[in-house]
Amino acid sequence: MMVHRIIAGLLLAASAASWGQDHGAAVAELAPADNDIGDIASLQRGAKFFVNYCLGCHSAQYVRYSRLGEDLGLTDAQVVENLMFGAGQLHDTMVSSMRPEDGAVWFGVAPPDLSLIARSRGVDYLYNYMRGFYADPSRPTGSNNLWLENTAMPDVLWELGGTRSAVFSEHDEDGIVTRSLEHFETIREGALNEDEYDQAIRDITNFLEYIGEPIQLERRALGVRVIAFLLIFLVIAYMLKREIWRDVR
Amino acid sequence: MTDKTDLSRRHFLVAATVTAGGAGMVAAAVPFVASFRPSARAQALGAPVEVDVGKMEPGALVKVEWRGRVIMIVRRTEFMLGKLAELEEQLADPASSASLQPGYAVNPHRSIRPEFLVVEGVCTHLGCAPMPRFDVAPADLGADWAGGFFCACHGSKFDLAGRVYRGVPAPTNLSVPPHRYVAENVLLIGSDMGAS
Amino acid sequence: MAAAASDMVDRLGRSANSLKRWVDARFPLSKLIREHATEYYASKNFNFWYGFGVLATVVQVLQIVTGIALTMNYKPSAAEAFASVEYIMRDVEWGWLIRYLHSTGASAFFIVVYLHIFRGLMYGSYKKPRELVWICGMFIYVCLMAEAFFGYLLPWGNMSYWGAQVIVSLFGAVPVVGEALAEWIRGDYYISDITLNRFFAFHVIAVPLMLVFLVVVHIMALHEVGSGNPDGIEIKDYRDDSGKPIDGVAFHPYHTSKDLVIITVFLIVFAFVVFFVPDMGGLFLEHANFEPANVLQTPEHIAPVWYFTPFYAILRAVPYKLLGVILMGLAVLLPFFLPWLDRSPVKSIRYRGWIFKLALAGFAVSFLVLGYLGLQPVSDTYTLLCRLFAIPYFGFFLLMPLYTSWEKPGPVPDRVR
Repeated sequence: MMVHRIIAGLLLAASAASWGQDHGAAVAELAPADNDIGDIASLQRGAKFFVNYCLGCHSAQYVRYSRLGEDLGLTDAQVVENLMFGAGQLHDTMVSSMRPEDGAVWFGVAPPDLSLIARSRGVDYLYNYMRGFYADPSRPTGSNNLWLENTAMPDVLWELGGTRSAVFSEHDEDGIVTRSLEHFETIREGALNEDEYDQAIRDITNFLEYIGEPIQLERRALGVRVIAFLLIFLVIAYMLKREIWRDVR
Repeated sequence: MTDKTDLSRRHFLVAATVTAGGAGMVAAAVPFVASFRPSARAQALGAPVEVDVGKMEPGALVKVEWRGRVIMIVRRTEFMLGKLAELEEQLADPASSASLQPGYAVNPHRSIRPEFLVVEGVCTHLGCAPMPRFDVAPADLGADWAGGFFCACHGSKFDLAGRVYRGVPAPTNLSVPPHRYVAENVLLIGSDMGAS
Repeated sequence: MAAAASDMVDRLGRSANSLKRWVDARFPLSKLIREHATEYYASKNFNFWYGFGVLATVVQVLQIVTGIALTMNYKPSAAEAFASVEYIMRDVEWGWLIRYLHSTGASAFFIVVYLHIFRGLMYGSYKKPRELVWICGMFIYVCLMAEAFFGYLLPWGNMSYWGAQVIVSLFGAVPVVGEALAEWIRGDYYISDITLNRFFAFHVIAVPLMLVFLVVVHIMALHEVGSGNPDGIEIKDYRDDSGKPIDGVAFHPYHTSKDLVIITVFLIVFAFVVFFVPDMGGLFLEHANFEPANVLQTPEHIAPVWYFTPFYAILRAVPYKLLGVILMGLAVLLPFFLPWLDRSPVKSIRYRGWIFKLALAGFAVSFLVLGYLGLQPVSDTYTLLCRLFAIPYFGFFLLMPLYTSWEKPGPVPDRVR
């Protein structure tokens, strides 16, 4: 019971800290993710990053590897080799080997399933969140996040992006102290430079948007055809209406 | 009604509207009809099954489930295989010409490798599950029983290649599902990748 | 060859005719077609406002057809509901389209019905002799709200869950029996698997049956008294020698051919939403509903789906729970009494005075503004605005007996324009 309360408290705190934009208490503007869901190469890179850096803790339990292959233009062999590391069946869904119960014990919060995270949080938030990690020795994970204060998630991308600390400035407005980011200071270089790292995060964001609704590209393509048909039908139906109403003065 | 109605124009427009509208309705029905087909999950659950047959004892039977059907795999001994030819006189379809199996199972032993039989454990009469009865000449099946499958529901008998005997209710031999060897002793049931 | 073909057509025609006679001797098929289509006369001066009735029928059919298809793959249990919706969206062939048609259809239903009701307000469709058409229509609207509310829980997203929690809690405001009533509705001490299961039953069978029945009654009552028109004149009063209303044209083929154009225009807009903006930026499918129901975590900002927000805004504007619930109920109930609140001798807005026009405009604007405010998070300014805009909303109905008796209506012509 006590554990439940604590988790509930953490969840509430987490939700209060996130999505600031919706209720006025915004920290800063979210930078646009600028990802392109039609960019297959970016989706392929994003998928690769996802299985390497995210899938260890987070599942995408509604996404089948076989579907990834079809949509991202990969052969079965490529999917097995690059995304599944040779294990499991092609039709399997992307389930993390870490059980959510264990995650809840280790991190305080079970890492959420990411199948729909882009639809619930929006791509801009994800992009900024992943870019928002900074070193914070006071945290058990050693890092904190600009967009989700005291996040339970460690900075898993540090190999790529390096480690940095954040310098804040404090503003006092009528006794209410707010903090805003001045700049980052690099502590250790990562394997990627800043632009490359941004692109890597954009690729992951892009992949997350894709798995949020794998059908979306086809959906829009079909929509064009359906509306084109309806427009033609409208012309025919309108001509028929005009013809029939000629009876009526 | 000052204008004289142009009936041919009107008929043409009615025909055009009905045709285009009808085509649209048919197209709109496609998703609903197609949504009845096996979903990606059903396909995943019905995916081919791998079975390692290397460790099977000669004369042993292994049952696996594929698409809700029992697939029986028998590792036949030389003795069992030898019996097959003797039985042909008593069988209804010894050449498997009226039965369901892939091309590579149309042979006297009804399998890719003579040693391993792969058949569906579904009686071709009314869908009961035939029992493996590999014992020769048991009391209940008579002295001339050479080992095979017996369906207790209605008394259909099959030999050790799944071939049906004459004079029993089942019309055809037990069906052979698509299968192939993906390694020396590893069978993949449910897919033959066009092998024939 | 041609002679043989025309002979064939001839014989087919004769067979069809004898089949028709056979059926007609046993079931009033031809009679029904005559009474409701080929010899049902409706005014020839319908404007586009008169298209929303047929659109509501189209959407209802769409909801039933897509709903049946969804029911085949949806699982009404707390453990499986959310996943089964994603199963429909991803694993079922075309499931995504069927689901989007249904979710967009829900919003479209309300848009169409609101415009249909507004047409009724403008042209006095509720006035004598159409009181029963109107009341039946209002029952349809209330059923539709119930249908939407029950259906909204089914995806078992976090907004579904907490939305149901909030609405069911409203019943707790009823004095004495409130808490017991809320518990009775839920069948549990909180919104649970049991609640989901019964909401499913209401959504897929109980309420739809009632809706279909009410729609049939609505149309039967309408065809008994005859359709109105933008001039608010009874076309039946002026007939030609054969007894047909001079200003009327047969429903089929005249209104059907016109309705087909209207339906097509509607479908274009509808298809645009389904294929390009199915979540309508969080209005039709809310962001928080892409997270599964979580008993421990309320979404930080709860609002009902947009079609309920005008009433929700009224509820929130009142500081006392019971009074809020009463006012909200009143906001839904008042339109039922319109036929008796309106004392004007004329039906159509075309021949009414400026007070009615002002009151109706005030009502429409307040409905929209309240709808917007109901979507926003609570703040003092917004609460004040809600109270302010509730005045024209209630004033339109409650003051109607006064302003409609005071004002002098313009002269009404004998024949439609």
